[in-house]
Amino acid sequence: MAPDSPPERNLPPQSVAGAPFWDATRDQRLVLPWCPACAAPHWYPRGFCPTCLSEDLEWRPSDGVGTVAAASVQPKPTERALGGRVPYAVALVDLDDGVRMLLQVVADDPWAVAVGDRVTVGWDPLPDGRHLPTAVAEG
Amino acid sequence: MAPHPLRGAAAVVGVADAAAPSGMLDGSVPQLEARMIREALDDAGLTLADVDGVSVNNGLGWAPSLELAERLGITPRWTDSTQTGGSSFEIHVQHAAAAIALGLAEVVVVVYASTPRSDFKAGTGGWGSRQAVGQNPQAEWERPHGLRMPMGAYALAASAHMHAYGTTSEQLAAIAVQTREWAAMNPRARLQERITVEDVLASPVEASPLHKLDCCLVTDGAGALVLTSAERARSLAKPPAFVLGAGTAHTHAMISQMPDLTETGGVVSGREAFRTAGLAPSDVDVVELYDSFTITVLLALEDLGFCAKGEGGAFVAEGPLGPGGALPTNTNGGGLAYTHPGQYGMFLLVEAVRQLRGEGGDRQVPGAEVALAHGSGGVLSALSTVILGTEATL
Ligand SMILES: [Zn+2]
Repeated sequence: MAPDSPPERNLPPQSVAGAPFWDATRDQRLVLPWCPACAAPHWYPRGFCPTCLSEDLEWRPSDGVGTVAAASVQPKPTERALGGRVPYAVALVDLDDGVRMLLQVVADDPWAVAVGDRVTVGWDPLPDGRHLPTAVAEG
Repeated sequence: MAPHPLRGAAAVVGVADAAAPSGMLDGSVPQLEARMIREALDDAGLTLADVDGVSVNNGLGWAPSLELAERLGITPRWTDSTQTGGSSFEIHVQHAAAAIALGLAEVVVVVYASTPRSDFKAGTGGWGSRQAVGQNPQAEWERPHGLRMPMGAYALAASAHMHAYGTTSEQLAAIAVQTREWAAMNPRARLQERITVEDVLASPVEASPLHKLDCCLVTDGAGALVLTSAERARSLAKPPAFVLGAGTAHTHAMISQMPDLTETGGVVSGREAFRTAGLAPSDVDVVELYDSFTITVLLALEDLGFCAKGEGGAFVAEGPLGPGGALPTNTNGGGLAYTHPGQYGMFLLVEAVRQLRGEGGDRQVPGAEVALAHGSGGVLSALSTVILGTEATL
């Protein structure tokens, strides 16, 4: 690696239950685990429905639109690859589908990210071809 | 209505803790555990031969209570290694009191030791909450997104509380200021200089809206408790601190799964503890609240009923928590200024017992008869409340 090349993102582990999610991120598609019996999605993937404990799940596409429920600006990075981004905001995002995700926010001014802001899911490439979902601020 | 069978059945009869202004202690974790057990048994007027129950939670091995008993050379007939992070010891006391009430054990020791500050200095890593602990849901679904932990999780809760109720950074800072007033009277506290709200707001942002002085310390620390039956307690060296009530609730492990960012399981644990004790928040003379961060204290005050939900900010701004205040809180200087070796709940209990015995020295709350210790583990995940009282409260 050249000395001035930026460090790569750490690879998140991939669970068996989460594999369909991660596979879809290779095409930058957001899919959520759904329980047809409960007619509801859940997050995070765990291999069964946390409401009725059924293992008969489907993966359905999400529009990836949501609202910030809480936000915090990080002045220091948690890994070397994020060093060039600080300060950045991390938010809990309530997707319109009805699930809450922790996501890094893409915003011109991270300090301006506020509860109630509308965001759209975007994608951050990982070294192995998967992508991490992000929350792209409007405006 | 008949009193709850747990109320007053057991008592804390021995305590010990260790902390230093340097933030560092001499000795390994096993040595510190043994030292604390020795001191707590001495305090009670008991010996290791009296101990038939052990309760411990550390990150050393695969089965903490087995390994502790082996090191001590004892054969307990009751054992507990419950691990809920910082609230583990409140749960240990709840479990021990129930076991003693049922006759499953007669003398239980609860112990904790951790040396994260020394370990960081030696380059051998810190405690579990700062490390990746294998493959777990957090590693897959939270850690990749760059939230600093644990402060980032608490910052999200603070963010939500501020939005919902108009809580301000100045109000959170007021908690740190009042806690430091107690620490200024504790010669063993790591931080003993008084601070102002302006000092807190001028300290670096760790994860907005939390500043460095909203955050707990990283120190070495150790402590132990000895519990026994109410009957035996009365024959021992020190005045018993009777377990009047206890309650526990946990709502999530990851912050993204917290059902309501502005309300913790303390609503349930507090209600259960007060119901068992047959008491109300207005009966409590001295309060020891887990203060991993200032927001942790604010949520506890609301969830336990010391003020209404959403009114914690205005409540703490009046200054009730400090010396001479209406609700003396964290009288040893807390995790914010006294010591915080990763799981602070042990020190809440030790200080509560000392206050009930009148051993608080300069920090003594006059006439303290009822003390509450409220642990919080994980990221506002596991809450456990213990209410202790003197003989006069029975
Ligand atoms: Zn279901």
